[in-house]
Amino acid sequence: MSEVLVVVEATKEFGVKKVTLEMLTLARELGTPSAVVLGGAGAAEALSAKLGEYGAEKIYAAEGDEIDGYLVAPKATVLAELVRRVQPAAVLLASAQEGKEIAARLAVKLDNGILTDVVGLDADGTATQVAFAGSTIVKAKVTRGLPLVTVRPNSVNPSPAAATPAIEQLTVSVTDTDKLAKVVDRVAEQKGSRPELTEAGVVVSGGRGVGNADNFKLVEELADLLGGAVGASRAAVDSGFYPHQFQVGQTGKTVSPQLYVALGISGAIQHRAGMQTSKTIVAVNKDGEAPIFELADFGVVGDLFKIVPQAAEEIRKRK
Amino acid sequence: MNIVVLVKQVPDSGADRNLRNDDNTVDRGSANNVINEMDEYAIEEALKIKEAHGGEVTILTMGPDRATESIRKALSMGPDKAVHVVDDALHGSCAVATSKVLAAALGQLNADLVICGAESTDGRVQVMPHMIAERLGVAALTGARKLTVDGATLTVERQTEEGYEVVTAATPAVVSVWDTINEPRYPSFKGIMAAKKKPVQTLSLADLGVAPAEVGFDGATSAVVEHTKRPPRSGGTKITDEGEGGVKLVEFLATEKFV
Repeated sequence: MSEVLVVVEATKEFGVKKVTLEMLTLARELGTPSAVVLGGAGAAEALSAKLGEYGAEKIYAAEGDEIDGYLVAPKATVLAELVRRVQPAAVLLASAQEGKEIAARLAVKLDNGILTDVVGLDADGTATQVAFAGSTIVKAKVTRGLPLVTVRPNSVNPSPAAATPAIEQLTVSVTDTDKLAKVVDRVAEQKGSRPELTEAGVVVSGGRGVGNADNFKLVEELADLLGGAVGASRAAVDSGFYPHQFQVGQTGKTVSPQLYVALGISGAIQHRAGMQTSKTIVAVNKDGEAPIFELADFGVVGDLFKIVPQAAEEIRKRK
Repeated sequence: MNIVVLVKQVPDSGADRNLRNDDNTVDRGSANNVINEMDEYAIEEALKIKEAHGGEVTILTMGPDRATESIRKALSMGPDKAVHVVDDALHGSCAVATSKVLAAALGQLNADLVICGAESTDGRVQVMPHMIAERLGVAALTGARKLTVDGATLTVERQTEEGYEVVTAATPAVVSVWDTINEPRYPSFKGIMAAKKKPVQTLSLADLGVAPAEVGFDGATSAVVEHTKRPPRSGGTKITDEGEGGVKLVEFLATEKFV
């Protein structure tokens, strides 16, 4: 079987991201998964156990400042060389900012089609995508080149399949053009142990109804009790209640968790665009006519400042 | 500084959007078509740079005839002129082909700085800035929530999931922006009137030296096989809190095994 390249998404803090495990799971249906680690020195070694656990038969690594010190262009150059050499059956990247950007450059370098926001991939390369805020399901194919797809987090159930991958260090030969955009600093803002928003199984979001930044503690408390991530509507972000990187919606993150809890969110199209493919939706809003209730599997009309603390207390009791 | 802003006309994301049943492209005919929201932030950023450093702001749009409305709307915010790439052969173009056309147009415009929205609300594909930069061999500073111009040096704060990166490059470069970067101005009445007289140059594929076979359905590198509307979600149980709302909520979560 031919190789399927999976470009690894990982963070220093959390290691291999869940979407990577999803991609490895998908890749096993298409061929033999090989993980590609593009990052700082030593990255592949640190990630190899986890990648092997999910079936990576081989790990290609390109590491160091030449790769990590610039914005995506060197990564695309290394990946393009690898694709030309191994002629994989498909290339999978995460459908997040960097994954899409590497894929974009790869598509141009190889004059190859690209499909983004893929939630399923058949053995013949037919991809399933969700479009227009989850309202349309599209089946599409790359018609020139190999299937180059970016996979949306929370699309596939990651399943382990043990392998013991060897690491092959790639020779890095990037051009001056690849080094035009230099990363001079990386600043961490997200603190704590909550799961990453797009990968979380549970997301608890607050909207304008939360009232102020301080009250977001209520949202955080419920999220922590449910082991979830915290999100916010655009109205809440624009009002300064919560930072932008947690915004769920048309101009923020798209999430598709098992459970989405909307607190004080009316459910404008802007917001629905980012969350309506969630499996189960629960809403609390004082306005019984709020459009969020059209989506909610369970809705409570009432004062979130009474309902949420009571719910938190009840969860604690049951634990 | 010679700044070009990429503007895309998209179907209003606040209304129902569809793919056409005949050729699987975005149904623009029956939609209310507007400027891609993120592009308004790109225009605002360009105008702020021009106000601080001087120069000229040009709108570049690829799209059908009706995209003229969005071009005029963009110009009413204050840019100096526009270039509209319009050609029947472009219908059905994929992202890879679109980047080829836009790069060819940019090649004629000699921009120091190209600014665009981080993504469009119709495709949300997010690939165009890097595709264009790759073709032009210039830097791409993408996902900016802050842009600083110091002579020929550009510095952006790029939003990431963990925080942000500070990324720097010299012009010429492509910068893409999120809606956190500024607050776009509303067009003034004067601006709207002035926009009617601003020059809009149209360019065909022939003008750009791109063959029709490289774009449209013939040149597409991917194809939609089929599409279906997902049935709308139907609401479930809705209760009114009468003192036990929080407990009932948890009871529901427990039946669904989340607690």
